[in-house]
Amino acid sequence: MDDVTTATVPVEVDRPSAQDVVVPDRPWLVICWNDPINLMSYVTYVFQKLFGYSFAKAHKLMMDVHLRGKAIVSSGNREKAEFDTFRLHAHGLWATMEHPS
Amino acid sequence: MRSFQRRLKRTRKGDFELRLPKAERDLLRTLPSQLREVLPTDDPAVGRLFPPAYRDDPERSEEYRRLVRDDLLTAHLEALEVMEATLDATRLTEDQLASWLSAVNDLRLVLGTRLDVTEETYDREIAKDDPDGTAYALYFYLGWLEEQVVEALALGIDPSGTEPESRSRDG
Repeated sequence: MDDVTTATVPVEVDRPSAQDVVVPDRPWLVICWNDPINLMSYVTYVFQKLFGYSFAKAHKLMMDVHLRGKAIVSSGNREKAEFDTFRLHAHGLWATMEHPS
Repeated sequence: MRSFQRRLKRTRKGDFELRLPKAERDLLRTLPSQLREVLPTDDPAVGRLFPPAYRDDPERSEEYRRLVRDDLLTAHLEALEVMEATLDATRLTEDQLASWLSAVNDLRLVLGTRLDVTEETYDREIAKDDPDGTAYALYFYLGWLEEQVVEALALGIDPSGTEPESRSRDG
């Protein structure tokens, strides 16, 4: 995803330190959490419907959520992550988004 | 003993036959208005339908909630309205059935949250004199119905997916 953070660049800057030079654009992650109410078949169906995943991929993600408690179900720039989180919420799934630092 | 006759059948035209006995329609008819009434309130079980978007960041979650709450609420209400308007239908379009799925799932989420459902709930025998016996029966009935709705709708989805990644890997 081309998530380019725009920032005003000052005309005069201090020499950038090594840490500042390369800041790779890490994507936001959308995480779906296990819950005891949503049906397994429903969760699989929602992953297929929202993200266009194959049944095999959607089923595997659902099993990860079920057995491991969570799974990363989508990623991208902040806008996309927020949109996907919203769509999961609209479907009653327990989703959060985070940006690994 | 509940009859296990299927309640839904996908037709060749791509819509769905809804074969609900009158008793089940009458039961379902009572539900949307109950949920609609509590949806805009601070009922803790309803909070399940408006989850936080950030795990450890209440400030950002609150900001997100302010942004999306109205849209989420509208989506939940619309699904309830479609279900209510088509409760006596014998045929549903795919979109209408998708609304039924949302509505039934929302009802299960709120009811299940109120009953404090856990993974163990599904293995537990509900005692005959349990004061929540009726609520549990309704909860399990809705789950049984929802399984069939999901199964019917899933038939309309290409199992190989549509995202480029799935396509290239599977095909």
